Amino acid sequence: MEEKKNQVNRLFASQLWVVNVGVEVFFQAVRAQKVPAVQVDWHPPAGGDTRLAEIMAKLKSL
Amino acid sequence: MIRKNEVRKNQYYDSVTLMVASSEMRRLEGIENAAVMMGTDHNRMLMTDAGLIGPDTEEFGVNDTVVGVLAESEAAAQAAISLFEELLARKKSNRDGAAERHVRTQTEAKSGNPEANFAVISVPGRFARAEAEKALSLGLHVLLFSDNVSMEDEIALKDMALEKGLLMMGPDCGTTIINGTALGFANVVRRGNIGLVAAAGTGLQEVTVLIDRLGGGVSQALGTGGRDLKAEVGGRMMSLCLKALDADPETEVIVILSKPPAKQVMKKMLEQLEHIQKPVIAAFLGGDPSLLEGSRVVYAEDLEQAAVMAVQAAKGQTPAPKPDDVDELTRLARGECEKLASSQKNLRGLYSGGTLCYETMLVFRDRGINAWSNIALDKALLVEGSEESKDDVLLDMGEDFFTNGMPHPMIDFRQRTLRMEKEAADPSVGVLLLDCVCGYGTHDDPAGELAPAIRQVKAQAEKAGRHLTVLASVTATETDPQVYSRQVQKLTEAGAIVLSCNAQAAKLAATIIELQRKR
Repeated sequence: MEEKKNQVNRLFASQLWVVNVGVEVFFQAVRAQKVPAVQVDWHPPAGGDTRLAEIMAKLKSL
Repeated sequence: MIRKNEVRKNQYYDSVTLMVASSEMRRLEGIENAAVMMGTDHNRMLMTDAGLIGPDTEEFGVNDTVVGVLAESEAAAQAAISLFEELLARKKSNRDGAAERHVRTQTEAKSGNPEANFAVISVPGRFARAEAEKALSLGLHVLLFSDNVSMEDEIALKDMALEKGLLMMGPDCGTTIINGTALGFANVVRRGNIGLVAAAGTGLQEVTVLIDRLGGGVSQALGTGGRDLKAEVGGRMMSLCLKALDADPETEVIVILSKPPAKQVMKKMLEQLEHIQKPVIAAFLGGDPSLLEGSRVVYAEDLEQAAVMAVQAAKGQTPAPKPDDVDELTRLARGECEKLASSQKNLRGLYSGGTLCYETMLVFRDRGINAWSNIALDKALLVEGSEESKDDVLLDMGEDFFTNGMPHPMIDFRQRTLRMEKEAADPSVGVLLLDCVCGYGTHDDPAGELAPAIRQVKAQAEKAGRHLTVLASVTATETDPQVYSRQVQKLTEAGAIVLSCNAQAAKLAATIIELQRKR
């Protein structure tokens, strides 16, 4: 439990290392601050999956 | 007028890339309107309404990128499409130069870089939960920038994060500073001993900037997302952030920023704060000091006071609110009133930062000025933003009505500058009030965009035989990419009066309006 509690404080005491998922401007901003980062070139799930995901999202919100 | 379309099958680009491209295309000579969007149903509707697509537009689906241009000539339209292609080519060549920094999935990112500890997620809302879950399962703390995420998904994600002891900031969390690094829309501020946690994005930008300007520094600035202190979410992330700041040896003073929390959340938070020995300053915007009755938490009336008192506490002083320099505000107001006609009794505030607009509304409320607003506290004063303005109006142009399919006003200034012209043409208007928010993630040169519009509205008023007072504040530090002093200089040279912060700009505006109404 202690271990879990200290995750955030461990982050504060570590080198920040960023995985940026989506908008690339945020990745460039992190790199400009000389912080290590990697860009995930995110794409919507292929083909029909997107449509399905949209329908699922709509169903969920009903 | 001609319309030209292009559909790029199975090509996905993030919303900011498309917004920036659209906005650059619209700047071209002979272009009436231009937009590049992913082909979702919602975007299809927006583009149809704007006349940017029609029945003759090639078929497209959600995975396709759609270009729509309205132009004076075929050549102008073609030039806009060529510019789009050029922007994409430029983006691709930048990317190829740093190929090792691009991966397809988070799993790939983490396995190639086991030291990765933080995910910034800004995918469309309907995909946000899946990506945030993936990040948390990989042991990454999360900043979820995406909006349009359900409350139910928010709670599930926060519970998952708490289970693992990880940060889950958001959804709709725009601003965070971790270990001195600005993430999302955030400023470059000096490091120091003040730790902040906020459910108010631009509020966090404003306070961290003012702390820096007052000589203080920030240890961490954490965002929870705007809904965290609502009864349903129950302050889940606020509680974890407060625990972490309490345990953080670098943090000696804690600042909390938000709208007034739900009653039961407030009670829980005060119980937690009881056990924190560090000085705590809280600005519950729109609340009142009675919220903190019986606790040792110091109440800050607005964002400026929160910064002032945090810096005092950080220096070991007893925090006390800084009185306004009423004489100076009155002197400035009188100077402006002398130039205004007695019929110019109204004010229009056009904001890109939601919390700043909200702060101004509170200043006005305290002064008995009831402004119409799209974020009005009093439902009787609520407007959508599409109406013709009358009396006093404060608009948060980052709200849905303005951003629906359009770039956020911190990135693209077109909507705001057009609105400035419209408001300034009203002869009853004496004061135009603006914010200018800088930092990473925002426009490269906000003042450079606002300055020509300020010159134009002032000249337009002059031509009609009247003066127009333009008041502004700049949310930036000297170390921001846009540089505070350069932004101030651009606005000042254009004829705006630039105040030290938004609260001061709002107070000067209120003073001018009060004096004008006595005439």
